[in-house]
Amino acid sequence: MPDILPFLKSLISVSGLSGDETPVANLIAEKWRSLVDEVSVSRVGSLHGLKKGSAKPPCPSVMIAAHMDGIGMRVSKIVDGFLHITNVGGIDPRVLPGAEVTVHATGSNKELPSIVVMPPARFLPESAAEGVIAIQHLLVDTGLRPREVEKQVRVGDLVSFANMPFELAGNVLSGHTVDNRASVAALTVCLEELQNKMHTWDVWAVATVQEEVSYLGAYSSAFALRPQIAIVVDGGFASGPGANGWQAFPMGKGVGLCIGPNMHPFLHKRLRELADRLEIPWYLDVTPADSGTDAFAIQITAEGIPTALVELPIRYMHTPVESVALKNVERAGHLLAEFVVSLEADFVDMIVWE
Amino acid sequence: MTLDTYARFGNAQLKLLEKLCNAIAISGDEGEVRKIVLEEVKPYADELRVDALGNVLATRLGRTKNRMRVMLDAHMDEVGFMIVAEDGEGIYRFETVGGVNTLHLSGKQVFVGRERTPAVIGAKPIHLMDRDEATKKVPLEALRIDLGPGGKTEVGERVGFATKFRRVGPSIMAKSIDDRIGVATLIELFRQAPLNVDLCAAFSVQEEIGLRGAKVAAQYFNPDLAIAIDSTPANDMPLYDGSENTTYNTKLGFGPAIYIADGSTLHDPRLVRFLQETADAEGIPYQFRQPGGGGTDSGAIQRSLAGIPTVSVSVPHRYTHSPVSLARLDDWKNTINLLYAALKRMTHELIAAR
Repeated sequence: MPDILPFLKSLISVSGLSGDETPVANLIAEKWRSLVDEVSVSRVGSLHGLKKGSAKPPCPSVMIAAHMDGIGMRVSKIVDGFLHITNVGGIDPRVLPGAEVTVHATGSNKELPSIVVMPPARFLPESAAEGVIAIQHLLVDTGLRPREVEKQVRVGDLVSFANMPFELAGNVLSGHTVDNRASVAALTVCLEELQNKMHTWDVWAVATVQEEVSYLGAYSSAFALRPQIAIVVDGGFASGPGANGWQAFPMGKGVGLCIGPNMHPFLHKRLRELADRLEIPWYLDVTPADSGTDAFAIQITAEGIPTALVELPIRYMHTPVESVALKNVERAGHLLAEFVVSLEADFVDMIVWE
Repeated sequence: MTLDTYARFGNAQLKLLEKLCNAIAISGDEGEVRKIVLEEVKPYADELRVDALGNVLATRLGRTKNRMRVMLDAHMDEVGFMIVAEDGEGIYRFETVGGVNTLHLSGKQVFVGRERTPAVIGAKPIHLMDRDEATKKVPLEALRIDLGPGGKTEVGERVGFATKFRRVGPSIMAKSIDDRIGVATLIELFRQAPLNVDLCAAFSVQEEIGLRGAKVAAQYFNPDLAIAIDSTPANDMPLYDGSENTTYNTKLGFGPAIYIADGSTLHDPRLVRFLQETADAEGIPYQFRQPGGGGTDSGAIQRSLAGIPTVSVSVPHRYTHSPVSLARLDDWKNTINLLYAALKRMTHELIAAR
């Protein structure tokens, strides 16, 4: 099994917020260059890696997509050297007070180590001082003097989480943006495994942009590449403190294979049969309507694309301490690789509705 | 101005502060900081002891005749947590030690126990909450410390924030600036102590849970006067509606904060005036802490024995008792300078009569 830990650690040590994925895209491109035949960038910034299959042209292709963007914040106003912020993606303001962040200052092209801070309740309107402090009342402090802040920071500048990766017990890696860099790592494991395996189909490894805000990367790459089928890899909810409902699954149970309207039942069936055969532990995750992933977008691209969803259980989703079990990253990567290998030249014709 | 008007201040001092801030010493378990303090003061101490509570009590005798006994106090302890129960699977319940606002805890990285086992305090994913729940404060009893699957610690272990010290432009960002910056100040003053006083340095314990170490330290030293060196909040942030901030307590960049009155002490007016006159004469910037609540070890020291003339001087810092505080290096340097200049000017007349 390849050791994916150093790569995943590097992926969660950089920013790459929705709409500004370049820092992480560069890291991924560097890694994929030796694993695929061609690396290219889509018109909106998604990363495409093509690993060619052995079938005669026109070779069918499977797109495996994992979004690389992360949630964060953006400067909305500067007052007395303090920055007001707004959200990029689904930020939970409860995790922000005391969070270490980086302000990407476009005025000076510098990365400013900073903190998100919570003003005393008496500095806020009475209604805002109750309960969780809303994001519009939180501030970012760069530690610089006001004049210096005015020179370096502009409204619109991005603010990303800056805490370093934490290795927890049980081979669990914790940090910011594990959603969805863990899936990018799983996709990379898949590409590494495919180095020594024959596969008939072309594989498009895709790291998509802007999943957290609009699925822009999923829509556009699926359209540009027109794969015959697609598999999306994304984070699911791991059970743990605060998450014990039907949506959450123990980290030890393996990877999630999803059913629901966004997913093609035939692809799902193929994946679960394969997982059983390979003795890869998996659980059934159900998404009754919108899966909230790139699968939602890819399925309705062009004339429609049969799509499946593989999930990695992640604890504390959308916090700076998102945690994933490395074992599951490897399991997902292994399953994806074996799925690619299993694709027969005429697999498309086998996809049927019952 | 003679060469030794000011205390020495440079990279060595900054390195020491970094080491002190990165150490974890929750009230009642100050060992890590105590070890550093003992190493630093030992070469200069004429008497040195660790007392029944764990205070480090160091005396450096002067050389001139008719010297004053001056007690300088800085507390070694910081706020944090204690593990109180095990939930299983590496998940533990905890209680706060000292005044920690639970709004700062969701999504933070911590170190558990003397082995500094990495762990996280998570949060329920925002996706799994309705609007109402997402705006409610998370009570302490809903939070857990997660060491990862299979992670082990013991009930009773202390837990501290995992924040690393950083220097940023004119500022430092670190956990427990309250009161490691006071400890670093006291170490410097002890090393560079002027010869006209017997310097009684109390590196005290348990300040954050009721000024407990300082009380016995004062009773041991029986000094002529005492100064508590601490770090006080600067609430110098903008108000939401742009109106003037009249309750800032102190402001960063305005120099050491001299206390007149706080929640526990009316500071000795002779000493307040003396510090003010010293600062004016030496051209050292200073500010008066706004009279109000809060307190320092001076509250315990002043009421010890038959009463001890006491004053407090603090380095201002923002975001007290949170995972990351922020202070200005200039304020620290000026605090050392003010106290150094004050020590050199001290004579018995200072407190001879009111």
